Amino acid sequence: MNPAVIAHLVLIVAIFFALQISAAVLVYFERKIAARIQQRLGPYRVGPHGVLQPLADIVKLMFKEELRPKAADTWLFYLAPILSATAAFAAFAVVPFGSETTLFGLLDQPIRLQVADVNVALLVVFAITSMGVYGIVLAGWSSNSKYSLLGGLRSAAQMISYELSYALALAAVLVLANSLSLREIVEHQAGHWLGVIPKWYVFLTPVGFIVYMIAGVAETNRAPFDFPEAEQELVAGYHTEYSSMSFALFFLAEYVNMVTVSAVAVSLFLGGWFDPFGLTPEWLGWVWFLVKVSALLFFYIWMRWTLPRYRYDQLMAFGWKVLLPVATVNLLAVAGLVVWWG
Amino acid sequence: MVTLDHYLILSALLFAIGTVGVFLRRNIITLLLSVEIMLNAVNLTFVAVGRYLGSVDGQIIVFFVMTVAAAEAAVGLALVIAIFRHGETLSPDAFTSLKW
Amino acid sequence: MDIWLFYLFALVIVGASLGVIGQRSPMHSVLFLILSFGALAALYVQLDSPFAAVAQIIIYAGAIMVLFLFVVMLLNASHEDDDPGARAPVPVGVKVSGCLLALLLLVELTWALTRVGRPAVEKDAASADSVSSVHEIGRVLFTDYAFAFEVTSVLILVAMIGAVVLAKRKV
Repeated sequence: MNPAVIAHLVLIVAIFFALQISAAVLVYFERKIAARIQQRLGPYRVGPHGVLQPLADIVKLMFKEELRPKAADTWLFYLAPILSATAAFAAFAVVPFGSETTLFGLLDQPIRLQVADVNVALLVVFAITSMGVYGIVLAGWSSNSKYSLLGGLRSAAQMISYELSYALALAAVLVLANSLSLREIVEHQAGHWLGVIPKWYVFLTPVGFIVYMIAGVAETNRAPFDFPEAEQELVAGYHTEYSSMSFALFFLAEYVNMVTVSAVAVSLFLGGWFDPFGLTPEWLGWVWFLVKVSALLFFYIWMRWTLPRYRYDQLMAFGWKVLLPVATVNLLAVAGLVVWWG
Repeated sequence: MVTLDHYLILSALLFAIGTVGVFLRRNIITLLLSVEIMLNAVNLTFVAVGRYLGSVDGQIIVFFVMTVAAAEAAVGLALVIAIFRHGETLSPDAFTSLKW
Repeated sequence: MDIWLFYLFALVIVGASLGVIGQRSPMHSVLFLILSFGALAALYVQLDSPFAAVAQIIIYAGAIMVLFLFVVMLLNASHEDDDPGARAPVPVGVKVSGCLLALLLLVELTWALTRVGRPAVEKDAASADSVSSVHEIGRVLFTDYAFAFEVTSVLILVAMIGAVVLAKRKV
């Protein structure tokens, strides 16, 4: 087998594990940051500063009994968490996280730090995101419990509503870059204006970025839009009846989804792997990518622990009456700008 | 080598399956799903022929078929909800009255 | 390789479609249809039409089918057999004749699609790029088909208003 193929396989496996580990790391940081925001210390017992807490959680989840409601639809009940996790992982495949590299001359041909360079990547991201809803809806339906069903119904309505704004925010970037490939979109954002301001799309369409982030939070069902779960009113929403590893899969899916949404946001609006000052060598691009994704993830967690939740009707009203019109006007404005200045 | 005929025969098969569904099922939602199968059979024909002729027109027609299917599903499901609210049933047999 | 992939996906599509019409629970029917759409999207990719494939997933699997699922969940639709409105089960004669009619249709369609005079066309590598280009699709869609596109938006608007009016509770 030629080295490029091996390198690609290694890359795929590495990304798969990196995403899983990132979920564990995120859980730890979420608990720590939440604790700090609430003037607590957070997990502190397992390992120094509680860093082994996620590991302990995983072990606990693995050894718990797998419970299934008697009236549940067995097949769908087990299929739902798998679907959820698969969709979460799949979207990351088209995200580029570094420029081409030969691994310091190890390879004859440079490989791209990206699993698949699809020429309709932006649409693929959108398609996979729209598939993510099935895991939740099926979990809600197959559990045969009223809380799960309500969570599933809410999730379907919420995700369809916010997908529109999400798509319109993506479309604004599409118009700016004149391409659907995430790699080309990132490459369009190289360089600086006036030597200082990086040519990131966030500066060209700040409204698009904000709309994307809000819709992204809604798509990943995170607070303040965590209605499918809604601890205060629906017990745990769609995963009320889940335990052990099936529950862990939903948990994993939620965190991987956060990473994916942030990674796509970085590629679309924050210049992907390019560094803002143009000082570091290009092969360090993936570090910048990580830094940017981490910043967005911190923002996610910060938001969850500081903002109060919406009410469900407010969520729908906000999505249809505020976010969608704003996203539409933003798209028109961006299109106008592109036509005006070319 | 996959020839155009492969796709066309598959499409014919799908269309026939959709027809059987419309003939035999007694549930409005399944009837609507069978219609979707038939629409997709036609879509496959368009994409396949478009590909073998080297033209994008096939995909564009498919795009229109999809929007029409979306409109059809929205109205069809709204009707299903209205009817279900009236009779608590999804069987087409129950909807024989012209007025309620 | 190509032909085996074709048979694999074709098998999934046909199997899932049979599942759609063979299931008595509407929920399972909807899920089988989604599976069938996914495999169909894979065939579109094989036909160098990534745009059609992704549109299939986004519009069909991602939007229309969620709508179906939503309604099935909302109505908590029962098994066909337990439906209180259903009359006597479909007689065997009707079933057999329905299948025969569909078989006739299949034979006719196959004959019409494969035999009727058409130019001998081959999938050549040269046209792959022009077919798979989203730029080209956009250009043709907004020039040659601009009118149809505008009419579609009116259609969607009408459908939306219609759906709201039909599903609205009488106040």
